[in-house]
This record gives sequence, structure tokens and C-alpha cells, in this order.
Amino acid sequence: MRNPLSKTVVEIQPSGIRKFFDIVSEMKDAISLGVGEPDFDTPWHIREEGIYSLEKGRTFYTSNAGLKELKIEICNYLHRRYDLHYDSNSETIVTVGGSEAIDISLRAMLDPGDEVLIPQPCYVSYLPCVKLAGGKPVIIELKAEDQFKLTGEQLINSITDKTKVLILPFPNNPTGAIMEYEDLVEIVKIVKEKDLYVISDEIYSELTYGKKHVSIAEFPGMKERTILINGFSKSYAMTGWRLGYAVGPSSIIAEMIKIHQFAIMCAPTTSQYAAIEALKNGDPDVEMMRDAYDQRRKYLIHAFHEMGLDCFEPFGAFYVFPCIKSLGMTSDEFATTLLKEEKVAVVPGTAFGDCGEGFLRISYAYSIENLKIAIERIDNFLKRYKKV
Amino acid sequence: MREKILSAIDKNSKLTAKDLSAMLGSTEEEVATIIKQLEEETIICGYPTLINWDKTESEKVTALIEVKVTPQRGQGFDKIAERIYKFDEVESVYLMSGGFDLTVIIEGKSMKEVANFVSSKLAPMEAILSTATHFVLKKYKEHGMPLVHEKSDERMLITP
Repeated sequence: MRNPLSKTVVEIQPSGIRKFFDIVSEMKDAISLGVGEPDFDTPWHIREEGIYSLEKGRTFYTSNAGLKELKIEICNYLHRRYDLHYDSNSETIVTVGGSEAIDISLRAMLDPGDEVLIPQPCYVSYLPCVKLAGGKPVIIELKAEDQFKLTGEQLINSITDKTKVLILPFPNNPTGAIMEYEDLVEIVKIVKEKDLYVISDEIYSELTYGKKHVSIAEFPGMKERTILINGFSKSYAMTGWRLGYAVGPSSIIAEMIKIHQFAIMCAPTTSQYAAIEALKNGDPDVEMMRDAYDQRRKYLIHAFHEMGLDCFEPFGAFYVFPCIKSLGMTSDEFATTLLKEEKVAVVPGTAFGDCGEGFLRISYAYSIENLKIAIERIDNFLKRYKKV
Repeated sequence: MREKILSAIDKNSKLTAKDLSAMLGSTEEEVATIIKQLEEETIICGYPTLINWDKTESEKVTALIEVKVTPQRGQGFDKIAERIYKFDEVESVYLMSGGFDLTVIIEGKSMKEVANFVSSKLAPMEAILSTATHFVLKKYKEHGMPLVHEKSDERMLITP
């Protein structure tokens, strides 16, 4: 028989997180600080709108790019929050989570051999999506001493004649790093000079603490070269609804709609109706959740500093990314031993790229009570292994 | 900072000054001082525990009583409200707008005990014109917290 599999797909490594998930699932009483999704339920008024749409029998396909009313609300939101102006008709597409938007934007933009710059540590799907789209991923290793921000120098050193797209994943999963206005100035200059396009994954844009999120699309001349991806999962605690969106130049969006049309048809109708309610009346919920995350963030950082764990202050998302190099263990060893001995699950930094070695991703999408217990256990663990 | 502390302990009074200082980016001393002030000003009036008694062996009955009263000259409703709330059986008393004047919430060991209280203590008070007693059959939510269903974390343990 012939080999039924595609070489490209076989070559792609399964997510490093998967392996760890299997170990954790075996442990019944483990406390997990390993999730990448909010602990809040979707606010009730949003869920209710979803239920209502089902009751009304709104169970049909929507137009490929999404419900008109939702696209208008998305554009209103981007205008209200980031002073961005997009046309709801030609520059907006509603997708199945931010994930789909990542995939189809890459597929719409890449030809074989085109290089895509991926700053790591980062979310696990950029690299495989680039490969599946026929592109060549080029990793930029972000550094703890830069607070895991992308610097102009790193960017310029990674650009070749073939570089076409820069992926900009901030606020960042797993590091919690954000790019502020000053940090972006230099990036913008280089992107324009080198005639690159940017896929800016801003799914955590509502979760920044004490500093407002800045989108690279806000810079003059950048809207034309940016596909901005966002969604409802993190800001409105709607991960299971699978709803995201992309906005950008109409020429690219039109091609993305084409792929979306043939591969997906349309995003879930119920979720789209719920999302309209989220954008219309969900601002107070976002604020409430942001405040809660911020308290937990401060609580965790404080605790880590007290137990002498090296940790830079992250200003976005809901992760801290402490450094464990002083213990002389690899991230994998640390995470596995911590799980075995203290029953606390954290994700090794290496799941997000090789340069995550020596770090752990710890999520604070948990109640303070939960964090408290976990911290006690981590403290015990550190006392046992800390080198004198 | 006062507001922040209050909203943090509103739903969880077990948080210590140390926890709060870490969560709110303050010092333990500052938080402790503010809490002491809030207690002295009786802005913080106590630290009760939210218990779902239905799940225990002990029998408890709650009743909500609508009370109509004649306000007393010069003292309004406050004096009569005070005479009512001083009884240990009385859980809460609110002055209401609308069709009646006071809502009185009573907790007793049995329906009989509550009925006894209403007929022998409450209704005979001079200023009280009428009472209407409603017994609580089931409590679903109190102090912003659902009492009924147990919530478990249904998220997968590890996700990217």
C-alpha cells in the first residue's frame, strides 16, 4: 500500500503541551496552574443571548464573513478602544476562534519559500500553521533581559530577501510580555523599510495591567500592512464558543474569506449572536475580570519574589513566566518533579519554543484560594531543591 | 484603597492583610490600618460565614414578613424598626418603598416557632397595623453566591 500521509504533516511535531497533558491527567488530585483559558464563566447576559438565539430558531448558516450586525459591532469596538477605523463590510471577517484567523491569514499570504518571522516563546500554533501554508518559519528568540519584548535589532538581524510576514503575538502567551508604544516605534520603522506584513495576534488585548494595549495597526501607514487578529475567548471568557475575527486590508481579507468559505462556511451562528451582546454590553464584565486577574497577578509575583524565584513583572495576559535556572534543572525536569512530589501542574517553558528552556508558564486564571495552596506547595518544593 | 479592600473582602472575608497587600500592591501595615479604621467606623460591621443550612442536620426555617406600621411622630420608622430588630430571631430588617413599610426576615427552628414569634411578639406591637408572613421554601443564592449547584472546574488541566 502507498503511504497515505502527507510529508509536511508528518514532519510537524505534536504540541509539547500534549505530552505533559497526558501525565497530568493521570494524577487525580493535582492542582493545575496549567490552563490557557479564563476561569470565569461567560457572563450570564451573553450566554442568555446565545440561548435566546437558539430559542428563536436562529440555527442557520450566516453569511461567510459573519453576521453584518456583529461585524459592525467589531468595528465599533476597535474604534472605541483603539481608535482604529475598519470597514465592516470589506475589511472584517468573523472566524472560528483566533486560531482560524491565524491559519487562514497565513494561507492567504504565503507562497512556498516565503519566510515568516516568529518571536518565541509564543503560542504553539504559529509554527505549524506557517509550515502547513507552505512557508518557512524563522524563529526570533526573545530574551528575559528584554522582558521578552521584540527589539528592532533582533528583527533586523532575522530579515532576509525572502521575509514576508512578521507575527507579533502581544500581549504574549506564555510570557505575559507586552509591547508598548515606544517598543513598537522601531518595529514599525523596520517593517515599513523592509516592506513586510504583520499578523498581529491581539487576543489578550483587553488583559493588560496598568498600561493600555497599543495595536501596531494604530501607527500611520501600518493599517495597510497589518492583519489584526482578536476574539472573544480571553476578554469575555468565551473559549468554548470558538469565535474570533480578523480585520485588515480588503485585498487580504477577501482572500481569507475565500479560504474560510470553502473550509469552514461560517463561524457558529449561536456564538455570533452571543458575541454581539458581548460587544454591546460586555465592557463592565471585561473590567471586572481584568481587576480580578490583576489582583492575582500581583499576588503571585509577590509570592514568587518572597520565595526567591526570579520572575520579571508581566503586564499582560494571565501568565507569569518565572526563571528556574538557579535550581539547575531543566524546565521539563522541574515541571515533572513538581507534579510528582507536590501535585502542582505547570507548563514547561519549552512547550512554547526552545528558548523557553529554564522557564515555566504559570497561569493565574484561578481563584486566590487555589493559588494560595499551589504557592505553598511550590514553596515546599523550592525549599527542598534550592541550592545553598 | 478603602474601596478596593472592601470589594476584595466582600466575597471573601478570609483574606488576610498579608494576602490583600499582595493582591492590591500595598503593604501589610497599610491594609491592616485601613481595615481597623473601617471596623471602627462600622463600615465593616462583622465577618459572618455564608452557610447553606439546608445541607446540615439542623432544622431551620426562614420567613419574610411584610409589615405595615404607623410611623411615630418625631421618630419616623427608626424607632419601630429598632424595637423589631432587637429580637434575636430577627435576621434582617429593611425599610421599603411601595405597598408595605418594613421587610422583616426571621429565622426560627420551626414554622411553629416563627408563627409564635409573629403572633405573640410582632403583630401585637402597637405601631404595627398588619403583617403578611411568607415562608422560604428553598434558597438559591445569597450574598451573590449560588447555594444550589456545586461548581467544579471543568477546564482541561493543561491547555496551550
